[in-house]
Amino acid sequence: MSPVLRLFGKPWIWSWLAAFVVWFLTVTVSLGGGTLGLSQAALTFAAFSIIVGIGQMFVITLGPGNIDLSVPATMTLAGTVALKLMNVENGMILPGVLVAIVIGLVVGLCNYSLIKALRIPPIIATLSVSFIVQSAAIWTNRGLRIKPPSLLADFTTSNTFGIPNVAIVALLISIFAWFLLEKTIYGRWISAIGQSMPAARMAGIPVDGTRLVTYLFCAVLASVAGYLLACFSGGAALNMGSEYLLMSIAVVVIGGTAVAGGDSNVPGIWGASLFMFLVVSMLNTYGLGAGIRLIMTGLIIISVIMLAGGRRAGMR
Amino acid sequence: MNDVSKAVIAVDGAKVSFGAVKALDGVTLRVMPGECVGLVGHNGAGKSTIVSVINGGLTPHAGTVAGDGEQLERYGINAARARGVRCVFQELSLCPNLSIVENTRIMHRDLGGFGWRTRAAKIIATSLDTVFPGHGIDTSQTVGDLSIAERQMVEIAMAFSNAGTAPRLVILDEPTSSLDASLARQMLDHVRRFIAAGGSVIFISHILHEILETSDRIVVMKDGRVVAERQAQDFDHHGLVEAMGSVAKEDAGQHSSGGPSTAPVVLSHKTAGLPFTARAGEIIGLAGLAGHGQTELLLALHATHSGNWLPERDPRVTFVAGDRRLNGVFELWSILRNFSIASLGDLSRRGLILADEEEAKGADWKRRIEIRTPDMDNRILSLSGGNQQKVLFARALSTRAPIVLMDDPMRGVDVGTKQEVYTIIRDEAARGRTFIWYSTEMDEVRLCDRVYVFREGRIMAELAGDAVNEKNIIAASFEGVAA
Amino acid sequence: MTFRLSSDTMRLAIPALSLTLLLAAVFWLQPRAMSYVGLNLLFNLAVPIALATIAQMLVMAVNDLDLSMGTFVSFVACVTATFLRDAPVIGILILAGAIASYAAIGVVIHLRSLPSIVVTLGMSFVWGGLAVLLLPAPGGQSPDWVRWLMTVKPPLAPMAIVASVIIAVVAHLVVMRSSLGVLIRGVGGNQRSVERAGWSIVAARAAAYGLAGFFAVLAGVALVGLTTSADANIALRYTLLSIAGVILGGGEFIGGRVSPIGAVIGALTLTLAGSFLSFLRISPDWQIGAQGAILIIVLALRLMLNRLEKREKRR
Repeated sequence: MSPVLRLFGKPWIWSWLAAFVVWFLTVTVSLGGGTLGLSQAALTFAAFSIIVGIGQMFVITLGPGNIDLSVPATMTLAGTVALKLMNVENGMILPGVLVAIVIGLVVGLCNYSLIKALRIPPIIATLSVSFIVQSAAIWTNRGLRIKPPSLLADFTTSNTFGIPNVAIVALLISIFAWFLLEKTIYGRWISAIGQSMPAARMAGIPVDGTRLVTYLFCAVLASVAGYLLACFSGGAALNMGSEYLLMSIAVVVIGGTAVAGGDSNVPGIWGASLFMFLVVSMLNTYGLGAGIRLIMTGLIIISVIMLAGGRRAGMR
Repeated sequence: MNDVSKAVIAVDGAKVSFGAVKALDGVTLRVMPGECVGLVGHNGAGKSTIVSVINGGLTPHAGTVAGDGEQLERYGINAARARGVRCVFQELSLCPNLSIVENTRIMHRDLGGFGWRTRAAKIIATSLDTVFPGHGIDTSQTVGDLSIAERQMVEIAMAFSNAGTAPRLVILDEPTSSLDASLARQMLDHVRRFIAAGGSVIFISHILHEILETSDRIVVMKDGRVVAERQAQDFDHHGLVEAMGSVAKEDAGQHSSGGPSTAPVVLSHKTAGLPFTARAGEIIGLAGLAGHGQTELLLALHATHSGNWLPERDPRVTFVAGDRRLNGVFELWSILRNFSIASLGDLSRRGLILADEEEAKGADWKRRIEIRTPDMDNRILSLSGGNQQKVLFARALSTRAPIVLMDDPMRGVDVGTKQEVYTIIRDEAARGRTFIWYSTEMDEVRLCDRVYVFREGRIMAELAGDAVNEKNIIAASFEGVAA
Repeated sequence: MTFRLSSDTMRLAIPALSLTLLLAAVFWLQPRAMSYVGLNLLFNLAVPIALATIAQMLVMAVNDLDLSMGTFVSFVACVTATFLRDAPVIGILILAGAIASYAAIGVVIHLRSLPSIVVTLGMSFVWGGLAVLLLPAPGGQSPDWVRWLMTVKPPLAPMAIVASVIIAVVAHLVVMRSSLGVLIRGVGGNQRSVERAGWSIVAARAAAYGLAGFFAVLAGVALVGLTTSADANIALRYTLLSIAGVILGGGEFIGGRVSPIGAVIGALTLTLAGSFLSFLRISPDWQIGAQGAILIIVLALRLMLNRLEKREKRR
């Protein structure tokens, strides 16, 4: 197989192609005017869905039925509490990060203990937890909009060598996730569990431990994304996470991760996240509204799953 | 032939094979009106396959099915139902979330229309009253709330119920397995009444005296063939057991005689029957009819000796799956990854997988057990079933676990592969590993040092040394012989 | 004792008990709520939620899940507030088309054996987009007859209660008593044996989804009747609320174990949770949290009862 052909065998290539086509179409219309600006904006906004999407991807890799619906609430709570704690002081930045991570750990722990203790499907466990977390966020927020510390606000909104800082953070997290997935025992384990839980159990994998760690990881990534997003947008808002519930699942599906579990890839999340943002700006450039964009997103998700589902059925 | 033209169902020379395994090798079976045919045989004899052919679930690759003298070309489930063929399956075929009445509605498609509930309730209640007088089952109950015996009763009554198409041939596959003696008696009495009224029954059971006293004619199957077919009164318990066993070869002595009974005990487990113990270096067989508790014991042994929360550095047990699709191979992965998953702890440092060592170990085992593939990076599904099974063996044997649990792993594997694996198992056992081996094949059970025979979830007999032979195992698997 | 509770009765007992307890607590805290007007206020918003819950329950009866419920109800609300008022014929045609596409989704999911979660996730974007196209900004107006229907004051009991009872009875007749309902639940319970008895599973799934679409349309119409105007995000919460309502009402994710009466009770409980907190003078911030907590408590109770039941059985 030639290298090019092999590249086309990768599940993530399609999301990248799609993102590139959309980028190209947008740039040609604006006659190359805002190429740099468009690319930077795309990287910035995609960064948040990348971080959240990677966490969701790990959970979805665990197999059918595994999904974390508490992502948006966790983002909101982490952003709100961290900003409140930092209280616009630059010296409190580190404790702010730590408290966001702790919130992620607690939410993840609640999620998995409910799944295990009440023997309920992850979807309903994370749903109930998200109700409570959302309320906690509303309660701490109280409509106040606390600004992020100036250093942090500058950091999240500026670029290094022309690349947005948040995108660099997302890149570091992605490299870490890729490393976990491809090079460590843990990565093998979640992939095995996703393909067949009984087989994983019988192969001696500590299934419960692995699943717990995965739910923790997803919640921590969500809280980190919430922290960054709150700093980026100059304060936490109560609805700031809501968009990311469907978004986090959508980027995983479009990115070529198997919905049935067991097979995931990090690059696809990047392609899909960039694509999701670029579609918005393309349709804006062409003067089309949000309605068309949403419909197109939906149709793309459905066609992706139909293609992927067909491929899987063909293999059998 | 006059015979065929009268038969309710006549199967002639049916052949069915699954891959390399011949499930049916030219079976001819006729069921006359007003006749109860008993069907017996040990595991893999082809009982369930012939039942599937008769109820339309399976089309034979060769041979014909005829009903009332006419050849049935397109014979399927619906055609069978229309001819009045009904079946009580071993596994539950009712919807547990629906009530008995609602299940009746599902089973009889043409029951619809206003007031169907009353009609369905009447049909099933009538049938229950006829088969099990004084049953005390309320037909509005949800099936999931019933005890296992009650579910079985409903299922039997459902098969005998009449909603337009009267049942003519009822296939009963181990119908009494969860009924107590008096209920079983009622059912057998009903079978006789049904026969007397001109109906036909195919009756499969592991309880020999039921077969002997209920059937008119008994068909004994072995290895996909009918090996004996006589009137019931020409058989007795011992005759049946002998007919089920192999006719000629009793070449025992394959198993290492006088096993290492002094070796230290590595495993013991309390079960519902005789206690279970295993010693180092022993090959222990779990025998008996399929589904009588052998797999459950293996799963329990695995569960009690492996962790579910923390990774273990020194696993005690390892498992070779029989149902490869369900709990064996990881379908998306390469051969190498499928092989190494259980021994990753030895192939890594601080959680990092050492790719070179993984590859070297894979290459080593590929040579040792001859996995036939050009490249260990090919997908696991590119291998034949036998070679997939070898990978699963390599996965288990390459761990350091001293105890290997095997859940009928040789199902559907070709003979050559089997011989290779037997050799490996004997070598590993000689080095002190313990094998606990559930097998449905007599040849494999005879390889074991010691055998536990299961019946109805209990260990009913323990055989060792020369006592491990087909006759003893069959005798212990079927009820009503031991005395 | 020979008296035995069936599991269906038990399934209903917990939700009924929790609703009664909650209602008693509300009356105790605020006796004035125990009146025609008070009850109407308490349960006003329950009607659309109950309808959406029934819709979700139908999808769950065939072991699937609908993540597009919220956006679909929003879309229907937008259609109701625009077309159904200004051009009733076109409005009705649009809604009928929406129901047909729900049935089509069921067929596609079954034929290609796709995960329902992802397909309905995709559809949620589609419905959301259509809703935004119809009403880019909040607006529109409910048709007068819808408004009248939702605000009519029947004697004896307020409209919210009457409507809830009617919904429960109708859904019970369709899902629990009719042949079609039996078939749909049978598919959820043991698809193989239903197939073996000669039924078409595709048709059953299409029917379940189509019925779900129908009830979801009613939910959207009822919602506009209450709020008088619509916007594209009006019912986004319904996705999660409807799932929670089914679970609270004793339904289960798999196995076709659902209860329409329970689902309506579940929806009422969720609605009441908010009012309960406000009577306790706890900040309304915790309203959503209380819904989550009730969900967890009920699930824990159910697990306990199941364990007890099992122990009884073994005895």
